[in-house]
Amino acid sequence: MALLEIRNLSVDFTTASGAFRAVDAVDVSVDKGEVLAIVGESGSGKSVSMLALMGLLPWTATITADVMEFEGRDLRALTPKARRKIVGKDIAMIFQEPMSSLNPCFTVGFQIKEALRLHMNMDRATRHKRAIELMDMVGIPAPESRLNTFPHQMSGGMNQRVMIAMSIACNPKLLIADEPTTALDVTIQAQILDLLTGLQRDTGMGLILITHDMGVVAENAERVSVQYAGQKVEDQPVYDLFARPHHPYTAALLAALPERATSKLLPTIPGVVPGQFDRPKGCLFSPRCAYADDRCRSTPPIPCGSELGLARCHYPLNATEEVKA
Amino acid sequence: MLKYLASRLLTFVPTFIGVTLISFAFIRMLPGDPITVMAGERGVSPERYQELMVQLGFDQPVYVQYFEYLKGIVQGDLGMSFVTKKPVWDEFFALFPATLELSLCAMIFAVGLGLPAGVIAAVNRGKFFDRALMSTALVGYSMPIFWWALLLIIVVSGWLGLTPVSGRISLMFYFPDTTGFMLIDSLLSGQKGAFSSALSHLILPTIVLGTIPLAVIARQTRSAMLEVLSEDYIRTARAKGLSPYGINGIHALRNALIPVITVIGLSVGTLLAGAILTETIFSWPGIGKWMVDSIFRRDYPVVQGGLLLIAVMVMIVNLTVDMLYGFINPKIRKR
Ligand SMILES: Nc1ncnc2c1ncn2[C@@H]1O[C@H](COP(=O)(O)OP(=O)(O)OP(=O)(O)O)[C@@H](O)[C@H]1O
Ligand code: SF4
Ligand SMILES: [Mg+2]
Repeated sequence: MALLEIRNLSVDFTTASGAFRAVDAVDVSVDKGEVLAIVGESGSGKSVSMLALMGLLPWTATITADVMEFEGRDLRALTPKARRKIVGKDIAMIFQEPMSSLNPCFTVGFQIKEALRLHMNMDRATRHKRAIELMDMVGIPAPESRLNTFPHQMSGGMNQRVMIAMSIACNPKLLIADEPTTALDVTIQAQILDLLTGLQRDTGMGLILITHDMGVVAENAERVSVQYAGQKVEDQPVYDLFARPHHPYTAALLAALPERATSKLLPTIPGVVPGQFDRPKGCLFSPRCAYADDRCRSTPPIPCGSELGLARCHYPLNATEEVKA
Repeated sequence: MLKYLASRLLTFVPTFIGVTLISFAFIRMLPGDPITVMAGERGVSPERYQELMVQLGFDQPVYVQYFEYLKGIVQGDLGMSFVTKKPVWDEFFALFPATLELSLCAMIFAVGLGLPAGVIAAVNRGKFFDRALMSTALVGYSMPIFWWALLLIIVVSGWLGLTPVSGRISLMFYFPDTTGFMLIDSLLSGQKGAFSSALSHLILPTIVLGTIPLAVIARQTRSAMLEVLSEDYIRTARAKGLSPYGINGIHALRNALIPVITVIGLSVGTLLAGAILTETIFSWPGIGKWMVDSIFRRDYPVVQGGLLLIAVMVMIVNLTVDMLYGFINPKIRKR
């Protein structure tokens, strides 16, 4: 049984200018101890799909799904109270902006201990000890003296470590890291990613790593799910994806990696992710796809089989050998 | 922090001098002088009038009178009441606890209802409770105190007979002022029914005086909460699995309190102004009623001294509020 199983998840926002589908028929599944990367450009619905799972979307969002299970329990059938026992304890999440994600009015110690008090039934002294231990685990120097500092007194990298300490406080079975390093300096980025993957190995938790950096994916993930304009367009183990991308969008993302560049100029994908008003009729990628034809522009493709990485494309790439075989 | 306090105290000096000038000029601008008013119907002979003018120092030029007054203040002497012949200080401190008790109750009423109402309205934005509360707050905010007090007296005291109309406690009870707070003294006296009598006398004045601050605080809390609720750290709090109380009542409210504390501080001025009217309507023996009575008697030293003390109190409250920011908003503390 998968740790997390989501099938056919869609999220619609009611906006002043009409309904907008930010996530469209996405499947996500994560096994125990697995590292799944979700990649895609800005606006492809990566955050929204995870926030839907966490129940953190505003009331303007309508969430529909065929299956939404954590450890076999239907998350949608739970009362808000029962759901809060899982969210924050067994499923934890880290956000992109460490500075604004911590409450400026409370010390970091308070914010770490809060989760312990809520879910772990620890007394004050045990909480204190555990908080120091957690801060030590995430590499915060002099943890004991840092307990009483406020977020604004520390750097972004330190704050992100605090966020991580907070999220792993209750030994979650699944950790969702939503672009945990985007707001940080390049040198700090690698440290934070090492920390996350190290913690994942040590604790055996499942990890969903959201990023738009294919380099990060290559180094840290086991399986990759590529999202585009709210849809999942491809899903493969990381090695196969890099070796044989099936969806033209995945191929374009890979071609944009510096180490794969064949000329001095990096190839970029022309155009942007379609928004609320410019969604194409057929394949959502067709305005930017080098292989698009009339069929692409008129008929939306459905996902291929798993031998083709579930690619949502009429003309999947690198298909010949497998299909013959 | 000490340096900050000192610099703030320094800015009080010009304000303080301004207040002495205004209070000094204000009472002299009213028509009628104290001697004629004190003499009343009987009148006063021109010789006696001259004698009194000299005795009270009114024969001197106005600027000399002002400097005499300032000199007194610097030495801590606010003068004596023309009417009672008692020092202004003594009268002030005898009456101040009554005003303080009423104002504190009004503040507790306003904050105790206004904060939760604002929080609930913000959390249920656009729903029925929110709309009902905001329209009520608008009405409460624009309600003339006088009219509101009379309405309450007619309905609650008159028709329903639930509360007394005036005073601090029923005449049946007598006990010494230990603290000056009727609620506490009545308890200390151990007399049966004294406390509930004191309490029932407080209810209507508290509601009347607290209504405007209540409306202001509820509205400010709501708008501050709405702003805070869209912050990232609220999403973090929800991701932790906190209950709605933990999210709204602790994480959000703590941040929303910063602007709310400001309006609470500002309402203290409004509250003291409102106390003057409220005390007069309910015959509440506090400094508000004392000021009004003194103005009618042209009791110059009392009006001057009373206004000055009220102004100083407002300044102290504002300073306290500034200091409170530091405790609520850690970003300011380390300045
Ligand atoms: N509360 C909301 N109301 C309306 N639209 C929203 C809301 N939140 C997100 N969206 C829209 O949903 C789409 C997907 O957003 P999402 O944040 O999931 O993108 P993302 O893939 O996480 O991008 P990024 O890499 O920038 O984080 C975007 O077009 C965004 O404008
Ligand atoms: S369906 Fe057509 S347009 Fe869409 S990705 Fe495939 S080839 Fe490109
Ligand atoms: Mg995002």
